[in-house]
Amino acid sequence: MKNNKNGNTRKSRTIKVDYLARVEGEGGLFIKVRDNKVRDVKLRIFEPPRFFEAFLRGRHFMETPDITARICGICPIAYQLGSSYAMEDACGVKVDGPIRELRRLIYCGEWIESHVLHVFMLHAPDFLGFEDAIQMAAKYPDVVQRGLRMKKIGNDVMTLLGGREIHPINVKVGGFYKVPTRKELSGLMENLKWGLDAAKQTVELVATFPFPDFEQEYEFVAIHHPDEYGLIEGNLVSNRGIDVPISKYDDHLIEEHVEHSTALHTRVNGRESCFLGPMARYCLNYEQLTPLAKELAKAAGLGRVVNNPFKSIIVRAIETVYAFEEAIRIVESYEMPNKPAFDVEPRAGTGYGATEAPRGICYHRYTIDDNGIIQDAKIVSPTAANQKTIEKDLWNFVPQNVDLPDEKLKWQCEQAIRNYDPCISCSTHFLNLEVDRA
Amino acid sequence: MIEQSKVKLIGVGNRFRRDDGVGWQIVQALRQTHLPETEALEASGEGASLIEFMQGGDTVLLFDAVVSGATPGAIFRFEAHNERIPTRFFNYSTHAFSVAEAIEMARALGKLPARLLVYGIEGDDFDGGVSLTPAVQAAIPRVIELVMLDLKSETTATANGIT
Repeated sequence: MKNNKNGNTRKSRTIKVDYLARVEGEGGLFIKVRDNKVRDVKLRIFEPPRFFEAFLRGRHFMETPDITARICGICPIAYQLGSSYAMEDACGVKVDGPIRELRRLIYCGEWIESHVLHVFMLHAPDFLGFEDAIQMAAKYPDVVQRGLRMKKIGNDVMTLLGGREIHPINVKVGGFYKVPTRKELSGLMENLKWGLDAAKQTVELVATFPFPDFEQEYEFVAIHHPDEYGLIEGNLVSNRGIDVPISKYDDHLIEEHVEHSTALHTRVNGRESCFLGPMARYCLNYEQLTPLAKELAKAAGLGRVVNNPFKSIIVRAIETVYAFEEAIRIVESYEMPNKPAFDVEPRAGTGYGATEAPRGICYHRYTIDDNGIIQDAKIVSPTAANQKTIEKDLWNFVPQNVDLPDEKLKWQCEQAIRNYDPCISCSTHFLNLEVDRA
Repeated sequence: MIEQSKVKLIGVGNRFRRDDGVGWQIVQALRQTHLPETEALEASGEGASLIEFMQGGDTVLLFDAVVSGATPGAIFRFEAHNERIPTRFFNYSTHAFSVAEAIEMARALGKLPARLLVYGIEGDDFDGGVSLTPAVQAAIPRVIELVMLDLKSETTATANGIT
């Protein structure tokens, strides 16, 4: 019998991935199947706890962007800006004008870097049947080269505004240490225009991928701003009625400890799991997308809401188009501010900040004293918040595909996890796969 | 004199994390002494940037600190245009796409330079700080000697592995 390598029979099997590839950080998956029924699904996160919240206590509030940036090498801006917004909220400062625009621009750089890496290097090989992007490169060199160049453009935006492409050092509470001149910024334009065109082609390409039939019901949660696609500021909203300021996050999204994970699980208060990230933003911020992004989404066959998580790759490609368009808009209209940052004086209080990391909302809450010393900190990464939804998808996905041989089932389960572009390193405050059929 | 062909230098690492900065220190030392006009990149190790920078170079020399369990200061040399880089040497990055993957990706795309020599220097201390540990510092002149031999000979025959 094909799938009894481990002494399992068709009636009872275990699918086990000890170490998930093509995700950030360390985690595994365990699935137990009895009589073709799924009995257990555990997304195991064994990345050690990182204690950032504990060692922020006693530090000065101005240090948070540089300390929290170290939580993640892929989305440092989510941590830098989330913590900056929270501190500015605590201190009663509102950042606007060109500095706010530069914040959106550096975030576009991070979205481009992260989305392009995921779409081309991590997720596309699943759809095209390759072990990794290097194998894929041999068959589709033009596609991979296009992805590499797009990613490099994201790096360039990060380097210009952040000082360097990884762990940028130029973001501070109140704004930036140094801001670019108009001329420096306009140096990005030619590549951004090339990138927009490449992003359009990417939507067209990923729309042709084969997608499993897997429509699910989700509570999508995202940041929503009436005038712009949710990115840096706005209310916490969901498709099931949440619409509150970020300061009410803890009333609506509750964190719980589960034994098999070093990352806390999130559920919606009084309800079930939540879904953060590109599909949530697309659902809740559709009206704020550009006409081009909407048109491309329609041509790619996407409805007003996308409920098949495997199609997240198309939504990520749509958001990449948006990020290039938004970057071009900002570069074209930029006027250099007189000062690179707003002055922020500490005062005792609690502040809240949330921005849309590439994977979804990244929430920060800090309490500081009159000297700006941090008394309490809470940070929730989007992957941690999505864990429960990833497990729920697998509970529903495995029964539909339980007749597949173990190797194929394992492949598709990993693909289902990668729908969320999980960043395990961040979530520990993630992957190996195990399916137990015996 | 030294090169008819175009040479490019890459120093990978974070110069504020002690021995992790050895790659960039070697690049700087080479530019001060023998190769002043050479194009150089101080790299975080991010793959897309590495691949782009390598384009147009006939000989590319990449220097990076490694952690393999060897004696600190030990020098590893790989002719990456001919052989795969053992990923265990360059696997410490938190980024899903870093030095070893970038080199293998460039190979798959047919974008490797004619010669890509990768030097790994075993590090000891990666804590915050700008000074190298003595054993790693002492490796720099030895690496430079090897590089000069590499550049004298288009088909170099220096030994691989620990020197």
